Amino acid sequence: MERQSALLVGVGGQGAILAAKILVAGLMEAGYDVKMSEVHGMSQRGGSVSTQVHWGEKVYSPVIGPGAADILVAFEKMEAVRYAEFLKPGGVAVINDYELPSSTIAAGLCAYPAGCLEAMEAHFRCITLDAAAEAMRLGSAKCMNVVLFGAMAKTLKLDHIDWEAVISKVVPRRFLELNLAAYRAGRAAVK
Amino acid sequence: MSGNEAIARGAYEAGVRVCSAYPGTPSTEIFENLPQYAESLYCEWAPNEKVATETAYGASIAGVRSLCAMKHVGINVAADPIFTAAYNGVGKGYVIVAADDPSMHSSQNEQDSRLYAKAARIALIEPSDSQECLNFMKEAYHISEEFDMPVLFRVTTRVSHSKSLVATGQREETSVTPYQKNARKYVSVPANAYQNHPKVEENLRRLAEYGEVCVLNQMELRGNKIGVITASVAYQYARDAFPEDTSFLKLGLTYPLPMKLIRDFASKVETLYVIEELEPFMEEQIKAAGIPCAGKELTGRLYELNPQLLAERIFKTPAPRTDVGVQAVSRPPALCPGCPHRGFFYIMSKGKDYVVTGDIGCYTLGAAAPLSALDTCVCMGGGFSVGMGMAKAFAATGQKKKVFGVMGDSTFFHSGMTGAAEILYNKGNVIPVVLDNSITGMTGHQENPGSGYTLQGEIAAAIKIENVLRALGYQNIFIADPLDLFAMQKAVDGALASEVPAAIITRHPCLLIKRIPHDTGLCAADQEKCIGCKKCLKVGCPAVSMREGRCQIDATQCVGCTVCAQVCPVGAISRKETK
Repeated sequence: MERQSALLVGVGGQGAILAAKILVAGLMEAGYDVKMSEVHGMSQRGGSVSTQVHWGEKVYSPVIGPGAADILVAFEKMEAVRYAEFLKPGGVAVINDYELPSSTIAAGLCAYPAGCLEAMEAHFRCITLDAAAEAMRLGSAKCMNVVLFGAMAKTLKLDHIDWEAVISKVVPRRFLELNLAAYRAGRAAVK
Repeated sequence: MSGNEAIARGAYEAGVRVCSAYPGTPSTEIFENLPQYAESLYCEWAPNEKVATETAYGASIAGVRSLCAMKHVGINVAADPIFTAAYNGVGKGYVIVAADDPSMHSSQNEQDSRLYAKAARIALIEPSDSQECLNFMKEAYHISEEFDMPVLFRVTTRVSHSKSLVATGQREETSVTPYQKNARKYVSVPANAYQNHPKVEENLRRLAEYGEVCVLNQMELRGNKIGVITASVAYQYARDAFPEDTSFLKLGLTYPLPMKLIRDFASKVETLYVIEELEPFMEEQIKAAGIPCAGKELTGRLYELNPQLLAERIFKTPAPRTDVGVQAVSRPPALCPGCPHRGFFYIMSKGKDYVVTGDIGCYTLGAAAPLSALDTCVCMGGGFSVGMGMAKAFAATGQKKKVFGVMGDSTFFHSGMTGAAEILYNKGNVIPVVLDNSITGMTGHQENPGSGYTLQGEIAAAIKIENVLRALGYQNIFIADPLDLFAMQKAVDGALASEVPAAIITRHPCLLIKRIPHDTGLCAADQEKCIGCKKCLKVGCPAVSMREGRCQIDATQCVGCTVCAQVCPVGAISRKETK
């Protein structure tokens, strides 16, 4: 199987790492060689964060450069634009229609860029969903990451993996029902 | 497993008994993963990397396998004992992990620590993924004992923080050799060092021979057109970037280099590349041996590589970059909402003739706009001493400036105490300020000598910073809660007015410390009262923004620290509930 790469991007604290962990756990169970890479440190303090997951028969590099991701999952829409150059032409973007101003925007030093979604849609196949609203509807903003994971799982067509069983193993028991509902909502949002 | 988890596991399996480190990204998780093996080994956070290196070396002399770990700049702090340990040799195996940070994801420079192995004349081992982190650790202890030298085990951010599948093994208990005094070997007076140096050279010569057949160095012959000599994560990048029929000489023992093996490999291929990140460490040695190869002129010395960049630079095949036509604005890290450092830096940002010499830690973010409250940040402990030099220069040139040397609690214990002594001893016109948040924050919350706990979770004697400063001779010590701006200003004014040596300690625990309760709440801005003056934006809090000319406080981020409320001139912001 040709090596596949997913790039999950967002803002520190949005839970992209948990989504990546679920993906990795499922891929490992399915017998793929898997590598994951993330950056710690300064980026945790409200900075832009990215996590990459690569899988296939055999994976060498744990990181990719421009034009090499098969799927980009953006937890925040400006982050989709920031990392767009990493997406393959013909790749697919799952975008959370959610705006989180940077500290520079909040301080009034610059403006949030207009037209992020439209720009992405003009160049890539895009799946856009309001994961924050879905999560709030389910009762907690915190499960936004699993809503996005659901949309990503559907898009990746890795349907031979029992993702609900994987989620049951990865998330704490007391949040399981919420996260399963979030996962299903994410899948349902992909037409 | 991440590379760091695998290094910890490898040390455990190698029978290591004593481990000492100072935290630093990207090395920190190695030691965070050791307490799970506490039944078999002792592990600790030391006050700094030099202490960690010496502690681990002492354990090696006493006859047990030992480990120390640090980020690349930590090696600079630890260099003194490393160079002498290289001459003395080891008792039982002694491994020093250096974690480099190409692209400076969380560092002040991107130095290449491999150069230390060459300078100190010790073995250098470089794994390229997590499985190798585990396997190579075991080999590192074997090499350290067989060739009587410390081993530098060098990883990079992408080796430390990438996760890949790892098969684990069993712990091998090593035999304990009862300690026997050997002053000839371990007392590095000139006469002994004189005798030790030839041994270093002889051990290195033997090690170089071993490198020719060592399992860490592997030739993968596929075709005779292109050959690549590589090591560390650059191997993984090159495997993706080069064609299928490329032959590889993948090196795990990279100092001393196996020159016969390299020559043999070079003779089997038409074109030879050396692929490595940062410095041309291998390339220069290979070229000096008269073996033609290409490397840095194509790959460059700067930043991390990746498969696509390698393909672009070597085969001139541009990666398909899509420009979507919208520019994302930068998202610089900022002090967290409720961060106690914010209050102190807000006061500093108001002082017209203040010069603030900063240090390494979360508080470096005091440099970010709109606080813009730092003049310098150089290295661990530099906050006090760089301030000292600036104050002396101001005095010599008649410039009226008030210098504050600033660092955190962990940094104070790391290397701030000597700077504090310097200021007193040489009558510096500097006010030392310790921002005490009771934790080592930026690296992800490690204990330190002031926090009251050890790495293994035991209660420890918490050294009080004010006692240290008082013992040194600071007679006026102002301690203030930095989130109380009035008290903070009073402390700053008091220290400036003091006739005797004065110091400031700001004290408020980091809100992310889980073991203590925090008095958090929620602030809100009264839209009727707000006059849109934007003074609240000057505190640089991620939770505060302006919408339609009025202050907005994001309820999901605000923790109710009230710093913004304290600067509001019309009292429009109030804390309304406890979270």
